[in-house]
Amino acid sequence: MEYETVIGLEVHAQLLTASKIFCGCSATFGAEPNTHSCPVCTGMPGSLPVLNRKAVEFAIKLALATDSHVASFSLFARKNYFYPDLPKGYQISQYELPLSTEGYLEIPVAEGGMKRVGITRIHMEEDAGKLFHDEAKPFSYVDFNRTGVPLLEIVSEPDLSTPEQAADYLRQLRTILQYLEICDGNMEEGSFRCDANVSIRPVGAEKLGTRTEVKNMNSFRHVERALTYEIERQKKVLEGGREVIQETRLWDPAKGVTEAMRGKEEAHDYRYFPDPDLVPLTISLQWVEEIRKGLPELPLQRKGRFVKEYRIPEYDAGVITASKALADYYEECVRLFPEPKQVSNWIMGDLLRLLKEDEKEAESSPLSPKQLAAMLGLIKDGTISGKIAKTIFEEMYKTGKGAKEIVEEQGLVQITDEAAVAQAVAEVLQDHPKEIEEYKNGKAKLFGFFVGQVMKATQGKANPQLVNEILKKKLS
Amino acid sequence: MKVERGEVEHVALLARLKLSEEEKEVFTSQLNAILDYMEKLNALDTGAIEPTFHVVSHCNIMREDEVRGSLPQEASLENAPDRAEGCFRVPKII
Repeated sequence: MEYETVIGLEVHAQLLTASKIFCGCSATFGAEPNTHSCPVCTGMPGSLPVLNRKAVEFAIKLALATDSHVASFSLFARKNYFYPDLPKGYQISQYELPLSTEGYLEIPVAEGGMKRVGITRIHMEEDAGKLFHDEAKPFSYVDFNRTGVPLLEIVSEPDLSTPEQAADYLRQLRTILQYLEICDGNMEEGSFRCDANVSIRPVGAEKLGTRTEVKNMNSFRHVERALTYEIERQKKVLEGGREVIQETRLWDPAKGVTEAMRGKEEAHDYRYFPDPDLVPLTISLQWVEEIRKGLPELPLQRKGRFVKEYRIPEYDAGVITASKALADYYEECVRLFPEPKQVSNWIMGDLLRLLKEDEKEAESSPLSPKQLAAMLGLIKDGTISGKIAKTIFEEMYKTGKGAKEIVEEQGLVQITDEAAVAQAVAEVLQDHPKEIEEYKNGKAKLFGFFVGQVMKATQGKANPQLVNEILKKKLS
Repeated sequence: MKVERGEVEHVALLARLKLSEEEKEVFTSQLNAILDYMEKLNALDTGAIEPTFHVVSHCNIMREDEVRGSLPQEASLENAPDRAEGCFRVPKII
C-alpha cells in the first residue's frame, strides 16, 4: 500500500535575554552548576515570579515575522508534572490563551515553488533544569542554571509531508530567529530544540494515523535521518498487520534508530490551570506597532535586496541569505572585494562545501571574509590563477594562513612571463609529436590535452589565457 | 456520585500522595460534596459575564531585562537531601 506522511513540529527556542523569564538570574549558558538560580527559579515558598518585558518583546517579534496573530490578552498557566529537572513540580507555560496564534512560514518544495506551513501557536514558557547521568553509578545530577531561561514554543500545523520539508521548515524558522537576533539557534547546545509528531496514513485517507513523538534530534541531519527511520518503521508495523502505538520515541544517533522512551511517566495529565502568581498579560496595539517598526530585514527581504543591489541570481541570493551569518559574511566580503558574483561563486562553491564536510555553520567558518577577499584580489591582479586559487582556498581554510603567505611559501605565483610560458609550451610540443600529428589531422579535441600538459608542467601556475594564446600560435 | 474512588487514586498518584484506604473514602465523598456545590453555581446564568482568570484586576506587571544575581552554589544546595559536584544528586533517571 502507498502511504503518505504527516509531520508536525514543536520547536523550543531559547531567547537571548540577559536575565531569566521570571527572575533576575543570568540566562547565560556554561556557568558552574547551580550558580544561576534563586528562590524564584526553584519555587521556594514566598517567592514571586515577575515577567521579563524583553522576553515578551522577543515573542512579539517572532509572531510578527511569521504573520501570526498577537493576542491582546494572554495568560500564564502551570503545567504540573514531577521530574527532577523541574524544581517547582510545575512548569510555567501558556495553555489557554497563548501569546500568538495562526501564523505561517514558507519553505521551498522539491516540485518547485513555495509551500506554506501553518504555525498553530507561539507561546512563552520557562526552560527546565539540566540532568546529567552517571554511567557507572545509580545517580543523576541536577543543575538548575537553565531553570527559568525564557523559551518560545513554536507549534506547527501537521502540514509537512517529508523529512526534507521538516528540515527545511526548521532551517527557515531558525534563520528567522537569527535574523531577529532573539535566539542563537544552536542545535548542538540545545538553544534550538525540536520534537516531531509523525504519522502515516494510506494515500487519500482522511483520518490521521496514530502518531508517535520523536525527540532527541540535535541537528538538521538527525531530524531527517530520524524521521526517515520512523516513517519506515511505522510502515513496517502497519504492513505486518500491527498497530502503531502512540508513544514518545528517542532518536539514537549512534544506532540510527528511534526507540520507545522508558521511565518517564507517560501520563499526559498535566492539569493546567492559570498561574495565580502571574497576572494576565495584555499587549496593546501600540506596543505591537512599535515592535513592528523596529523589525530588522528578514530573510526573504534580504534575498530580494541581494538580487537587486548585487545583481546576483535569485538562486545565489536564496542560498546565501538562508543563514544570517552567511549573508553577513557575503556582504562583508563584497564590501572588501566589490565583485558580487565572483564572491557568491566562491562562497556557494568552495566555502559551503568545506563547511558542510566539517558540519560547520558559517558563523564558525575558519576562513574570514577578509581572507577570502584578499585571495580574490590576488586572482584579479593576476598574481595567482583561478586554478591555483582553489588549492590556496583549501589551504587557508585548513591552516588559517593568509593567501599571500601561502603563495609566497609555496611559490604559487602565476607565471605571466611570455617567454617562460612559451618555453613550457615548446617542451610539451616536443614531447608529443604524435598528438601534434593527430591534431593537425583534425582531432581538435587535443587542444585541451596540450593545455593540460602545459598546466601540469608548470604545476598549475601558468596563466591559462597566455597558454591558450601561445599554443594556438604554435599549432597553427 | 461524580467522582469515583478510581479517580481519587489517579489524582493522588499524579500528586505523589500516598493515601490510606480510609482517606480514599473520605476524599471521595469530600470531593463529591465540593463538586455538588459547584453544581449550584452552575445553575446561575453566567453567559454574559467575562471569565475571571485572576483574583486581582492588575495586568502587565513586568520587569526590565536586568541581571540581579543569584544565590551562591552553597546556598542553592543547602536544602538538598543529597548532592555531589555542585549538583543535586537524585536516583538515576532513565
